[in-house]
Amino acid sequence: MVSFDKPVQLDGKGKIQKASAHSTSFLGKAFKKSIVLILFVLLWEIAPQYGLVEKTFLPPFSEVVRAWWDLLVTGELWRHFEASILRSLFGFILALAVAIPLGLLIGWYPLARDLFTPILELFRNTAALALLPVFILILGIGEVSKIAIVLFACTWPVLLNTISAVKNVDPLLIKSARSMNISSFKLFYKVILPASVPTIFTGIRMAGTGAILVLIAAEMVGAKAGLGYFITYAQYNFLIAEMYAGILTISLLGLLINYGLSSAERYFSRWKQ
Amino acid sequence: MDKIRFEKVTKTFFIRDEKKKGAQREFTAIRDIDFSVKEGEFITLVGPSGCGKSTLLDLLTGLTRPTKGRLLIDGREITGPGLDRGIVFQQYALFPWKTARGNIEFGLEAKGIPRSEWKERSEYYLDLVGLKKFADRYPHELSGGMKQRIAIARSLAFDPDVLLMDEPFAALDAQTRETLQSELLRIWQKTGKTIIFVTHGIDEAVYLGERVVVLTANPGTVKKIVDIPLKHRLEDADIKSNPVFVEKRHEVWNLLHEPEFIGAHI
Repeated sequence: MVSFDKPVQLDGKGKIQKASAHSTSFLGKAFKKSIVLILFVLLWEIAPQYGLVEKTFLPPFSEVVRAWWDLLVTGELWRHFEASILRSLFGFILALAVAIPLGLLIGWYPLARDLFTPILELFRNTAALALLPVFILILGIGEVSKIAIVLFACTWPVLLNTISAVKNVDPLLIKSARSMNISSFKLFYKVILPASVPTIFTGIRMAGTGAILVLIAAEMVGAKAGLGYFITYAQYNFLIAEMYAGILTISLLGLLINYGLSSAERYFSRWKQ
Repeated sequence: MDKIRFEKVTKTFFIRDEKKKGAQREFTAIRDIDFSVKEGEFITLVGPSGCGKSTLLDLLTGLTRPTKGRLLIDGREITGPGLDRGIVFQQYALFPWKTARGNIEFGLEAKGIPRSEWKERSEYYLDLVGLKKFADRYPHELSGGMKQRIAIARSLAFDPDVLLMDEPFAALDAQTRETLQSELLRIWQKTGKTIIFVTHGIDEAVYLGERVVVLTANPGTVKKIVDIPLKHRLEDADIKSNPVFVEKRHEVWNLLHEPEFIGAHI
């Protein structure tokens, strides 16, 4: 189960691709990128077949894929996938809508920054999952508590990064713009905002990773649908191949989100080195 | 009429007192600065660290106000930033998310120049600094010298009367610096701007300035204003061996190495 996390976290940051641009051919590059992945899948396939691990607890890869396919065809998988992605998207977007404007505001006023930063740091360092019981207690086990915990987990990295982005805008750029006699409003959206975008995006990407992590855990505790629920359900009912199929789906979901956010980050930071 | 006039300008700050914890003490950055700059003149300011060059420039920009005295431009007191003055910083201060052209247009927009004129104007000034082909490059794709050319183009494009330059070539290599110095002279002759140029370099000050204002440090005061009667700076290929250059350079050097500067870092 643990081994699944690794390829997800290692996925491309774009820069890695540039580094391997020296490879002679497209095929060579493709080989270099996929060989370890292929070996991993092969090992997964062979090890249970030859009794190196208990087949009951780790079915061969082909069996997991078959289970995954069956779940896909029946629409069972889609139902859980949809539930998870809607919750995480909802909480994630809400967090952006709250944290970015608030962060810009707090970052812009030094007094607000000094007042709020300590408490924000405290919240950020409070593991969201530790608060899950509180959320369930107050908001019940329905959709609201799940969206709320995603919202909570996503808010802090975005908020704190936005604040520090605004704070760390090169003072020379501000001086240069102010010497051109532009209004404070224009200074804000023509200089402060564009200069902050890359740092804000770092926060957004952290939030994206956090959103999935927290949601899956929340769904494992109390839910009637969602990938986290599905994995625990499958485990309790000893549907081991199905359980792995669920885990595989979460990996794919994580990859998808990370890829999407990385592309957006690259687009918005294209003026950077 | 004088373009710019310093009338007994003094600027003091409150800074942290090193001797008494939590206390502040008054610090005089510049004292009784008093001189004028003529319309279309190229004047250089040279002095050791702590001579208040940055303070002088901030006052000229209008980002700070003098504690005592007055600072006039066209006979009117400077009360804030304005687009009658353009500034070029040592560290370029280009907006990294804008292309060369975008940076120039930023100033045009600030000045309220109609969008329809932007393209023509930015092309003209890009051409003036020899970077027409690099209009769509981002700053990180340009060398230091190119960045500084763009910064100069940006400051000229909104057509200020006065160009303030804060050690603009200090971060460049020697060869690029020499090229840009003569380019600046060419641009100055072509545009007729009044230029106030702050520098650490004695050679640079003497080569560029029609007059060199030599400053003392702690507090910054004007020690002497040296006339540089050099003609044909651009035509003379080896101007640095010209007797006038050598003599004036030596004079400024002496002024900067007199007893009160012993122990100061030039």
